[in-house]
Amino acid sequence: MKTSDVILQTMTKVISFIIVLFALHLFFAGHYHPGGGFVGGLITSGAIVLLLLAYDIKTVAKIFPFDYKILIGLGLLFAVGTGVGSLFFGVPFLTHAFGHFHLPLLGETSLHTAVLFDTGVYLVVVGVTMTIIQTIGESE
Amino acid sequence: MSSLHLAIFSPFLMAILIPFIFKLFRKLHIGWFVLILPSILFLFFLSKIPLIKDGGVLKATLNWIPSFDINFVAYLDGLGLLFTLLITGIGSLVVLYSIFYLDKNKEKLHNFYVYLLLFMGAMLGVVLSDNLIVLYTFWELTSFSSFLLIGYWNTRERSRYGAQKSMLITVFGGLSMLGGFILLSIMTGSFSIHEIMLQSNTLISNELFLPALILVLLGAFTKSAQFPFYIWLPDAMEAPTPVSAYLHSATMVKAGIYLVARLTPIFALHGAWFWIISLIGIITMCWASFNAVKQTDLKGILAFSTVSQLGLIMSLLGLGSASLHYDFLSKNIYMGAIVAAVFHLINHATFKGSLFMVAGIVDHETGTRDIRKLGGLMYVMPITFTIAVVGTLSMAGLPPFNGFLSKEMFFTSVLNVLQMNIFQMETWGILFPILAWLGSVFTFIYSILLLLKTFTGKLQEEKLDKKPHEAPLGMLFSPIVLGALVIIFGFFPNILSRNILEPAVASILPNLLQENDRFAVHIRFWHGFNLELLMTIGVVVVGILLYLTLKKWRNIYNIFPKRFTLNRFYEKGIDITEKGSYSFTRRLMNGSIRSYLIYIFIFFIGIVTFTLFKKDAIKMDTTNLAPIGIYEITLAVIIILGSITILGAKSRLTSIIALGAVGYTVSLFYILFRAPDLALTQLVIETVSTALFLLAFYHLPQLSRKEEHIGFKLTNALISIGVGLVITIVAISAHSNKMFDSIAKYYIENTHDKAGGGNLVNVILVDFRGFDTMFEISVLGIAALGIYGMIKLRLSNQKKQQRRMADENK
Repeated sequence: MKTSDVILQTMTKVISFIIVLFALHLFFAGHYHPGGGFVGGLITSGAIVLLLLAYDIKTVAKIFPFDYKILIGLGLLFAVGTGVGSLFFGVPFLTHAFGHFHLPLLGETSLHTAVLFDTGVYLVVVGVTMTIIQTIGESE
Repeated sequence: MSSLHLAIFSPFLMAILIPFIFKLFRKLHIGWFVLILPSILFLFFLSKIPLIKDGGVLKATLNWIPSFDINFVAYLDGLGLLFTLLITGIGSLVVLYSIFYLDKNKEKLHNFYVYLLLFMGAMLGVVLSDNLIVLYTFWELTSFSSFLLIGYWNTRERSRYGAQKSMLITVFGGLSMLGGFILLSIMTGSFSIHEIMLQSNTLISNELFLPALILVLLGAFTKSAQFPFYIWLPDAMEAPTPVSAYLHSATMVKAGIYLVARLTPIFALHGAWFWIISLIGIITMCWASFNAVKQTDLKGILAFSTVSQLGLIMSLLGLGSASLHYDFLSKNIYMGAIVAAVFHLINHATFKGSLFMVAGIVDHETGTRDIRKLGGLMYVMPITFTIAVVGTLSMAGLPPFNGFLSKEMFFTSVLNVLQMNIFQMETWGILFPILAWLGSVFTFIYSILLLLKTFTGKLQEEKLDKKPHEAPLGMLFSPIVLGALVIIFGFFPNILSRNILEPAVASILPNLLQENDRFAVHIRFWHGFNLELLMTIGVVVVGILLYLTLKKWRNIYNIFPKRFTLNRFYEKGIDITEKGSYSFTRRLMNGSIRSYLIYIFIFFIGIVTFTLFKKDAIKMDTTNLAPIGIYEITLAVIIILGSITILGAKSRLTSIIALGAVGYTVSLFYILFRAPDLALTQLVIETVSTALFLLAFYHLPQLSRKEEHIGFKLTNALISIGVGLVITIVAISAHSNKMFDSIAKYYIENTHDKAGGGNLVNVILVDFRGFDTMFEISVLGIAALGIYGMIKLRLSNQKKQQRRMADENK
C-alpha cells in the first residue's frame, strides 16, 4: 500500500518558510529581545527537520547540497575571526564595536560586530544539530 | 675539577668508553684495558698516605645544586682513604682475576666491565662524599650496579631471583636512609656530614634525632647484611665469583660499616646507637656463623661467613662508640674496639677476597662448588690449597695470621664490656663475651670444614664434571697477593697501624682528640697469658671437638622448622603483598560503574558533611526570601510528581515521557522566573533530547527490552537521599551566607551604553563573556563530530564484515 503524504508535504512547503523567517527574526532580534544565535539556529534546524520528516533524507540533501560538518567549522571560524579581528585594532581579544550607520534602503541602522559572533553561534548550532540528526538517521 | 673528583668520575668515563674499546679490539681480553684504571687509582690513593697520616685532609667542592645546598664535596680523610685503598686495590686484583675467570668468547664481557666500573665509581663516591645527598646518590648507584652484576647471567632463574631480592632489600634500606638524611638536614639545616658533626651535642635532644638514627641504621644494616636483612647475601652468590669476591665480601657490604663509622661522631652519644649496633652486630655474628656450618655450597659458606664477620665488625663499632662516654683518652679501653673494627675490616677484605677467589678456582677447575662432591684436591691443586689454608686459618682466628690478631682484639673489646658502667651494661654486658665466644667457635668449625672437606680426603673424580687440575698462574696471582697480605699483616701489623689505622680511627672518633694529639695504635702479636688467649684456646679445643662430632649434632639444624626461617618470611611477605594487593584491587576495581559511582557519592557525602560540621557552616537565614505564589507551588508539585514517576515507572517509555514533562516544567519555571531566552532554549532542547531518548529506546535489543520495575536497593536509596540532603543543606547554607552583593548591577547599567544592546542575557553571552560562548560552541562541534565518528567509523563492525567476506571467499 502506498501512502500519500500530500497534506503533510503541502503544509510543510508553507510552514517551513514561516519557521525559517521566525528563526531569522529571533536571530536578529537577539541583541535587544529574547532570542539570539542559539535559539535561531535550533529553530532553523527545526525547519529542516520538518522537511526531513515530510520528504526524505535524499530529497533534503538535494535541496541543501552542502555538508553540515563544514557549517560547524565555518561557524567556529566566524566566532574566532570576530575575536581575532579586534586584535587588529589594538584592543583585547573579542572586544566588540558598534555604531549607528545610515544605509541605503534600510535607513538608520545599528550595526554591531557581536552579530558576526552570533552568526558563528548560529552556524555551529545548525551544523551540529543537522549533523547529529542526519548521521543518526542515515545509520542502520 | 680536582684530582679527587677526577678519581671518582674516572670509572664512569671509562665505563662509557668500554663498549667502543670492546668493538675495536676484539682480539684482546677487554679486562686488560680495565685493569689500568684501578691500578692507577690505587697508586694515586697510596700517594695520599703521607698527607693523611699527619692528620691532613683533602677537600674539594664541585657545585651541583648550590641553591639546595647539594654540592659534590669530596672529602678524603683516614676512613675514606682506608676504603678507597680497599676499593681500588681489591678492585685491581679482582679485575685481574676476572680476566682469567671469564671467558672472552662465551661471556658478554663489555656488559660485565661496564657494570663493574659503575660499581667501582659509585663506591668511591660513597666513601668520598661529604654531602649526604651525594652520598645517597652513589649509595643507590651501588645498589643498582650490584643488581646488574648479580643478575649478570640473566638467563638463569636463580640469578634473577637473587638480584631482585638484593635489590628490594637494599633499596628499602636506601630509601629509609634517605629519610634519615633528610631528618638530619631538617634538624641541622645542612647536608654536610662535617657541619652536622659540629652540632652533634645539641642534636641529641631533638625529637627527630631517634627517628633519624633508626632510619639511617636501617640503611646501613640492609646494605651490610645484618640480622635480619642478611638473607639477600647468600642468594647474591649467583653472581660470577669475581663479583662475589669484590662486592659481597670486600666493598659493597662494607658500605654499611662505612656509614656507621662515618656517622659515629653524630649519633654515638645516644645510648640507642650503642645498643642497636652492638647487639644486632653480635647477634648477626653468632647466628650467621651457626648457619654457615650447615651450608654445603662453598660460596654459601663464604656468604654466611661474610655476614658473620660483618656482624663482628658492626658490633665492634657499636662497642667502640662507648668510648665517647668516657672523656679521657689515655686509658680509654673502649677505643680499642674501634681499632679492632678497622683492623678486622682490612683483614676480612684480604682473607675473604682470597677465599672467594679460591672458591672460584675450585668451581672453575672442577665444575662444582658442592663440598659433598669435592675432596682430595690437596695434591691436585697445591697452590690453591696453600692459599686456602692461609685464608681459612686467618678466618678462624689462628696465629700467625692477621685474623688471629683482630680476633684477639675482638675478645679484648667484648671483655671490656664487663667493666662498663653505663646503659645497664653491668647486668647485660655478660651477654657479649658469651655470644662472641660462641660465634667464634662456629667460625672455627666452618673454616675447618671449608678447608678439610674441599682439599683433604678422597678425590671423588667420578662426581666431578671436569678433570681437576691446577689453575693458570694468572688466576692464582690475585689470591696469592691477598694471601701474602694476610701473612704480612699477621707478622707486621704495625705497618698498617701508623699509616692507615690511626688516621681512620681519628676520623671515626674525632671528638676524643686534642690538638696535635693522635691515637697511638700498637698491635702486639704476643700479649701475654690472659683471658683472651684462653678464650682462643677454648675456641680451638671446643671447635675441634665439635667438628669431629659434627655428624652427631648436625641434626639440631633440623630442629628449627623451615617455616620459621627468614627466607620463608621474605617469600611469604612478597607473596602476601602481591596477593593482597591483587585481591584488594580486584575487589575495589570490580569493573562495575555502579560501584564506582557508589564510591564517588559516598566520598562526596562524607567530605562535604565533614567540612560542613568542621567549619560550622550549616546555617538557615529566612530574612531574604521571596514570597511563594500559587504558580510556583503548582509547578513544583508537577516536577515532584514527574520525578517520582521516573523512579517508579514500570516501562522505560513512561520514564522518558515523565522526564520530558519535567523538562517542560523547568522551562515553565523559566518563564515564571522571567528568563525568556532560557525558556526558549530549554523548550527546544528538551524536545530534541526526548526525541533522542526515544530513538535510543527504539533501538534497544529485543532481549533486554523486557519491561521491569527498577529493583529497590537500600544502599542506593540511602546514598541518593544522602546526596540530595547534602546538596539541599549546602544550597540553603550558601544562600544564608551571602557575603557580598552580586555583580549583576554592572551588567544592567552598561548593557545599553557600553555594549549597544538591549537583551542582557544575549549581551553577556556574546559580548561581556563571549569567550565562554566560543568554547561552548566548540564543545557542541566536538560532540557532533564525535557522534558522526562513532556512527560512521564502526571499526570493529568493519573488521567483522571483512572477516565474513574472507570466510565466504573460502
